[in-house]
Amino acid sequence: MDTAIKNASGSDDYILQLEGVSKFFGTVISLKDVTLRLRRGEVHCLLGDNGAGKSTLIKTLAGVHKPSEGRYLIEGEEVSFKSPREALDCGIATVYQDLALVPLMSVARNFFAGREPTKKLFGMIPVLDMQLAASTAVDKLAEMGIHVRSPHQPVGTMSGGERQCLAIARAIHFGAKVLILDEPTAALGVKQSCNVLKLVHKARERGISVIFITHNVHHAYPIADSFTVLNRGQSMGTFAKSDISKEEVLDMMAGGTEIQSLVDELEGRQAA
Amino acid sequence: MSTTTSDMAMTLAKPIPSNASLKPPGADHSAPSDERVRRISPWRALLNRPELGSIAATILVFIFFGVFAGNSGMFNLDGIMNWSQVAAYLGIIAVGACLLMIAGEFDLSLGSMIGFAGMMMAVPSMFFGWPMWLAVLFAFGGCMALGWLNGYLVMRTKLPSFIVTLAFMFILRGLTIVLSTQFAGSTIVSGVGDKIAQDPITHALFQGTALQGLFTWMAHAGIIDKLPSGEPVVAGLPKVLLWWALVACGAGFVLSKTRFGNWIFTVGGDANAAKNVGVPVRRVKISLFVLTAFCACLFAVLQVSDVGSAASDRGLQKEFEAIIAAVIGGALLTGGYGSVLGACFGALIFGVVQIGISYTNVNSDWYRVVLGAMLLLAVLFNHYIRSRATTGK
Repeated sequence: MDTAIKNASGSDDYILQLEGVSKFFGTVISLKDVTLRLRRGEVHCLLGDNGAGKSTLIKTLAGVHKPSEGRYLIEGEEVSFKSPREALDCGIATVYQDLALVPLMSVARNFFAGREPTKKLFGMIPVLDMQLAASTAVDKLAEMGIHVRSPHQPVGTMSGGERQCLAIARAIHFGAKVLILDEPTAALGVKQSCNVLKLVHKARERGISVIFITHNVHHAYPIADSFTVLNRGQSMGTFAKSDISKEEVLDMMAGGTEIQSLVDELEGRQAA
Repeated sequence: MSTTTSDMAMTLAKPIPSNASLKPPGADHSAPSDERVRRISPWRALLNRPELGSIAATILVFIFFGVFAGNSGMFNLDGIMNWSQVAAYLGIIAVGACLLMIAGEFDLSLGSMIGFAGMMMAVPSMFFGWPMWLAVLFAFGGCMALGWLNGYLVMRTKLPSFIVTLAFMFILRGLTIVLSTQFAGSTIVSGVGDKIAQDPITHALFQGTALQGLFTWMAHAGIIDKLPSGEPVVAGLPKVLLWWALVACGAGFVLSKTRFGNWIFTVGGDANAAKNVGVPVRRVKISLFVLTAFCACLFAVLQVSDVGSAASDRGLQKEFEAIIAAVIGGALLTGGYGSVLGACFGALIFGVVQIGISYTNVNSDWYRVVLGAMLLLAVLFNHYIRSRATTGK
C-alpha cells in the first residue's frame, strides 16, 4: 500500500518526508522505521492510540528531537533541525495542545506575542503598533471564519474551540507551509470540533499542508486526504481516503478490535 | 421590574435569540458576529482595568482625610510636599517591583539593597577618598550587578524567586551592618550629605529641590504662602518627585507601548507559552531584576542625599511596602497582570495614610492596621476583578 502511493506520483510532490525514521530513548524504541510522506496541500491524518508514538513523531517533525535513524526531508532536501526555531523558520509550524496562549492577555497581544509589529514614534523610538496588531488580528481571524468580540478581549474569555482556532490562525498568518496540529479536537465538544475542522479545510484551500494528529477517527475521516496509522511505534502504512473505510481505519488502530470485542461482549450479554 | 444598565444592554444586543443559532456562524458580517457575543457596558469595561481598585481606594483615602484632617494643614502646600515625598520614595521602588511582579517574579532583597546601596556610596567616598560621583556610579553598578545575580540564580536554578531573594535579603542586610561597623565603628556613616553637596553632579541630580525660581515667583505673586522672612513656604519641588515621575513614565511607556512590555506580560502570564512563541524569557526576567535593583539604588542615593547619612537599617521592610503598593495597584502575585499607574496610586495611598494619620486625632500606631486592611481588601478586589476579566462572567 505504501509503495502504491510512492509509485502513483513523483517524490517531488512531497513537501515533507520522513523516510524510515527511528527514535530511541535509551533502551526504549519510541519509533521504529516510520515513513511519513506529506503531499503539498493535503490534510494527512496521523492516527494512533495513546503510546503509539504520536508525540515523539510530532516532536521529531517540530525539531525538538533528532531522528536516531532515517532521513527527514523538506521539499526533497534533507534537513537536520537543531531547534524548534529552525523548523519554524522553514515554515513548519506546530500547534501544541497547550496552544502557547496567555489567558490574561488580549487577543491582539497574544496573536503577535514574540513577533510584535512596531512603528517609530517621532521617527526614532520603536513602539508597538497596537492598531495594526488589533486590525490584523481581527482581519486574519475573520478570514478564517472566527469572529471575536473585540481584539482587546482577554483570551481567557474565549472558548476552547476559539482558542484553538486563534492558535491555528496565528500559525497560518506567520507563514506556515506545513501545519502540525496536535490533537486539536481532543478537549472540544462536537460543534467546536466542527469549527476547527472547517478551519483545517480553509488552511488546505490556501495551499497549506496539514498533519492532523488525533486518536479520533470520526474527526479525522471527514477532513483527511490520507491516513497514516501508528501502532506501538510502528507505521501500519499510509492509505488514501478512497482506499480505506472509517471502520478499517478504526480496526487498524489498536482500539478497533478491542472496541469490537467489547461491543460483542455487551451485545452477547444483552442477548443472554 | 428593575433592570440595571448592563442587563438592558444585554437584551438590546440579542433581539432574536431563538432563531439566531440556526444561522451558520459568521454568515452575516454586519450582524453581531456571533449570537453568543454580548455587549458589555462601559462600566464593565472600566472594571477590567487593573488600576481601577487603586484609583477608587485613593479617592476614598482622600475623602477620609479631607473629612478628618481637612483643617489640619495636611492639604496645605507644605503638607502636600510632606506626604507626596513619602509616596515618591515608595513609588520609585514600587514601579520596579510592579514590573517584576507582572513578569511573575519577586525581589525580597529590595529593602536590604537600599541599605547596601547607601553603604556602597558612603564607604568609598568617606573612607577611600573617592569623588562622590564615582561612589554613586559604583553604587548603581554594584546594585545592578547584584540584581543580575539575583535574576541569573532564579532563572538558572528554576527555584522560586521568593527563596533566592530571601537569601539575598539577609546577605545584603548583614553585609551592610558589617561594612558600617567595620569602617565607621557604628551602624551609621554620617557626613555623606555634605560631600554630596560639594560635588556639583550629585548635588544637581539628587539633592534638594528643583524649580526654586518658580516657587519664589509664585510666593511673590501670592499663589503660594510666604514665610515671615518673605521666602516661599516650600523652597521648590523635591527632586525625588521628579525622579518618581521620570521612572514611572518610563516604565509605563515601556510596559504598555513597546515590544518589551508585551514580553513582560507574556512571560508573567505563561512562561512556557512565551518560550514557545519565541520570547527570550530569561533575558526579560533578568533585566527586570536589574531594573528593580536600579530603583532600590536610586531610592538609596536620594535618601542619603536628603538625610545626609547612610545607615544600616535603611530600607527596612521596603520590599514589602513596594509589593503592597503594586498589589493595591492591581498587580497579581501570580504575574501577568498589573499596571504602573496602579502601583503609583498604591504608593500614593501609602504616603497619604502614613503621614495623614498624624494630622488626625487618630493614634498613628493605627497606620499599619489601616494598610494591612487595605492590602487585604485590594487582594480580594483584584481576585474578583480578575475572575470577571478572564471568565467574562
